[in-house]
Amino acid sequence: MGLGTFKGGIHPYDGKELSKDKPIREAVPEGDLVYPLSQHIGAPAIPVVAVGDTVLRGQKIAEAGGYVSAPIYASASGRVKAIEPRRVVVGDMVESIVIENDGAFQSVEFQETEDVSALSGEEILGKIKEAGIVGMGGAGFPTHVKLSPKEPDKIEYVIANCAECEPYLTSDYRRMLEEPEKLVSGLKIVLQLFQNAKGVLAVEDNKPDCIEKLKELVKDEPRLEVKALLTKYPQGSERQLIYAVTKRAINSTMLPADEGCIVDNVDTLVAIHNAVKLGRPLMNRIVTITGDAVKEPANFSVSIGTSFSELIELAGGFKEQPKKVISGGPMMGFAVFNLDLPTTKTTSALVCLTEDEAARLAPGPCINCGRCVEVCPSRLVPSRLADHAERHLEEPFEKWHGLECVECGSCSFICPARRQLAQAIKSMKKTVLANKRKK
Amino acid sequence: MSDIYNVSSSPHIRSKDTTDRIMLYVVIALLPASLFGIYNFGFSALLLILVTVASCVVSEYLFDRVTKRKNTIQDLSAVVTGMLLALNLPPTLPWWMAVIGGAFAIVVVKCLFGGLGQNFMNPALGARCFLLISFTGPMTTFANSRYYISQGMDAVSSATPLAALKAGESVNTMDMLIGRIPGTIGETSVVAILLGAIFLILMGVIDLRIPGTYIVTFVIFVLLFGGHGFDWNYVVAQLCGGGLMLGAFFMATDYVTSPITPVGKIIYGIALGILTGLFRIFGASAEGVSYAIIFGNLLVPLIERITIPRPFGKGGER
Repeated sequence: MGLGTFKGGIHPYDGKELSKDKPIREAVPEGDLVYPLSQHIGAPAIPVVAVGDTVLRGQKIAEAGGYVSAPIYASASGRVKAIEPRRVVVGDMVESIVIENDGAFQSVEFQETEDVSALSGEEILGKIKEAGIVGMGGAGFPTHVKLSPKEPDKIEYVIANCAECEPYLTSDYRRMLEEPEKLVSGLKIVLQLFQNAKGVLAVEDNKPDCIEKLKELVKDEPRLEVKALLTKYPQGSERQLIYAVTKRAINSTMLPADEGCIVDNVDTLVAIHNAVKLGRPLMNRIVTITGDAVKEPANFSVSIGTSFSELIELAGGFKEQPKKVISGGPMMGFAVFNLDLPTTKTTSALVCLTEDEAARLAPGPCINCGRCVEVCPSRLVPSRLADHAERHLEEPFEKWHGLECVECGSCSFICPARRQLAQAIKSMKKTVLANKRKK
Repeated sequence: MSDIYNVSSSPHIRSKDTTDRIMLYVVIALLPASLFGIYNFGFSALLLILVTVASCVVSEYLFDRVTKRKNTIQDLSAVVTGMLLALNLPPTLPWWMAVIGGAFAIVVVKCLFGGLGQNFMNPALGARCFLLISFTGPMTTFANSRYYISQGMDAVSSATPLAALKAGESVNTMDMLIGRIPGTIGETSVVAILLGAIFLILMGVIDLRIPGTYIVTFVIFVLLFGGHGFDWNYVVAQLCGGGLMLGAFFMATDYVTSPITPVGKIIYGIALGILTGLFRIFGASAEGVSYAIIFGNLLVPLIERITIPRPFGKGGER
């Protein structure tokens, strides 16, 4: 079986050597914990605690605000100090619950399930929903919704997205190396929901140690297999990943389930294991703290709500002042202007760079070189789309298939004229979609 | 405040290739053909290359000054234009004509249309055709090559091999491959041109889509309509003669004036092959590459319009 791949893509410097050999360490928070009520796609969660209440670790502090929503749990014990708007990674102020950490980490009791295989699909989905699990690769889509397609019997593939194609990120890598059995267990739980599906662990071939470990683990599992993928960005993009594994092509008007596929990220599957098997709600996630500005790059198991500044301190602080700090990977992550921000369910990394490559050279005129066309995984013509976007021409933007963009940023990365192609296309996409909704 | 970091839209990293660097690669790739031209035709060729490049760069500098634009000469595109134009000039052309050609290429063909990336026609070829029409005599008089002079021939050649071929005479294809023949400064040596082309391919600057389809189409056209049947000597002479190799690898591949869509590149290459064949075999002149390419340039917007790529996932691909 050959390596799974797709057409297009780029090979950026991957920077993973900074943190790939750092075992996962528990990052124990000392300061306040902040829980934005909107850290997922869908309706914001609704607080079920009031200012002044004392809470335990693992206690629900906000309940789902609708079907497409997710509850939030305290990751430390303490007192609810405030419920007020706080700044989040994307720059907005979001209503948040602030907990004054008492440092005791007194926890509620978690109810383990002896025999997971005896659970019905409904029970499993209920546990996942109740645990507040959302897509932890970055999108934050509530997992119980994703796992409830119209026709569960038509799902043929459940793909564990172990590609981790973003440069610098090593959290999934460490997880696969240190706790692969949890990942496999999570995948098996999801497979219980889809009787006709097989589970595929799709790993980029720059992680041969993980591939070997996972292969060993699934060798007696008839419904599970490991698929090696060519190392290339954006191999972990949902549509590209599905194509690499199944040769099925999804476009913007389809859901993966339409082609019989469900994709979940490594940390999400581990969270499913924790929720269904151990009865523990989503309170922690793995965050890579890395970049050439960080003294001791690390992979931390972080209590959700911990502030970025605490995480940087735990990684030894900065050895050099960074010019740019990115929440997430350098290809699709968000640049933040300070560290006074909380870790959320979707924070995969903090990449701290002493050089801002995006700002180093000013954009110049397009020379029509076609590199953006070569790398676009959606086979678009980004330079033309950006032209249409800059002129606010919706019709040609749609005619050149602008809505098919997956926002991976490969075009901006490769552009020798340093044009902000992805940025222009992304914002035009938003405008076009908003206008469509109006109609 | 020191702890405020840069904020911008993703992605936050960039590849190493820049416009300036790509242009530098092209300059390097043109060196073998330039050096061979200087060897082949002597000091006048060197002088002409320098004068043409200087004319292009100074024209761009002055245009930017006069129109109060940002100075753009550091992107090296004017140097590339100057070199390409010079390589397309006969070595005996009076230097002041080359100056006019360089200024025409930069000011009229490129800058007046908006500068780098905006011109619809290859500046060097536009200028060459302008000079051909304006100064037909000097532009079609070719000094003989060093090798042929050493063989006792006249200093001014009676005809380039391509013209001789058209007149029905036989030509030495080995001389054409090496380049020890009369012609413009940079077009004679297939070996030197291919050296540069291989460098560009290895550096990822160009690929074979345009030059490959161009050359293959042209060969098919010559076989079908050349009137020599399967005379491979004739085909090779057609391939090595005139500006075909220089045109196919260095001018048809000009990013700005060729289609950006993958299928468009193929159609463009085929169109160039057919046009070149038409002009060479049925036209009055032996040469046709320059006209074929600038004519092809005009087709680019149309070609792009009909070759918008089908995006990933459309049409139920499985």
